[in-house]
Amino acid sequence: MNPIETPKEYNKYVEAKAPKSPILKDCFNAFWVGGLICSIGQFILEFCLYKGLDQTSASTIVSICLVAISALLTALNIFNKLGKFAGAGTLVPITGFANSIVSPAIEYKSEGYIMGVGAKMFTVAGPVLVFGISASVIVGIIACFFV
Amino acid sequence: MDYLQSIDWGLMLRCFIVGGLICIIGQLLLDKTKLTSARILVIFVTTGVLLGGLGIYQYLIDFAGCGATVPLFGFGANLAKGAIEAVETQGLLGAFIGGVKAASGGIAAAIFFGYIASLLAKPKIKKQ
Repeated sequence: MNPIETPKEYNKYVEAKAPKSPILKDCFNAFWVGGLICSIGQFILEFCLYKGLDQTSASTIVSICLVAISALLTALNIFNKLGKFAGAGTLVPITGFANSIVSPAIEYKSEGYIMGVGAKMFTVAGPVLVFGISASVIVGIIACFFV
Repeated sequence: MDYLQSIDWGLMLRCFIVGGLICIIGQLLLDKTKLTSARILVIFVTTGVLLGGLGIYQYLIDFAGCGATVPLFGFGANLAKGAIEAVETQGLLGAFIGGVKAASGGIAAAIFFGYIASLLAKPKIKKQ
């Protein structure tokens, strides 16, 4: 084998050696797991509407239930396995957001409750909240002055 | 079972398909680009805020129900919707209150259950 001299050659070498992710299979798994999670949400939503709740409260309850379920599954270490199997199927629904908070909370427990659990909880969720909330404030300001 | 009869199965199917398709977008981003999952979450929420702010996303919510609201697009759209609705009643103050208020249930639940889980669960030892 020729010696690797330039970074370009090295990148080529790494690309050849790295495992190819079977994209079709990944997409299929993401599709049905993601779809199933949304359907579970719809099931809870319909049940709340059936019980006479209004649309806004019902969809908040759906979020809370799905977050609670994924917190439980994360604590039992089931979510990780499911996430490896389904990829974006568990990442993109609100379950991924919940997992991104719960998982570091458990992992960094050894660093204490304040700087471990309390601070590390937001390593991934923090950016999501920063950009999501900032964008919503901008949308609100635009709606206030220009609509 | 009155409840099972009240379910709109057509909506359930649309929910499954739309929710699944949105996850495929995420999976393609994961596989085709070198974006980390944190970046993908940020991109999804911000795009959701944009689509919600423009009022486009509401059509998808009407079409697919939870298939549109459960993915993080829906989280973002909910933030934008809350901000716009609050602006209508409270003016500029609403821009700061509305978004977080609309999303508060999910955020508070994630923080609370995260804390509870950290009390109960043992961290697993990472294999290096």
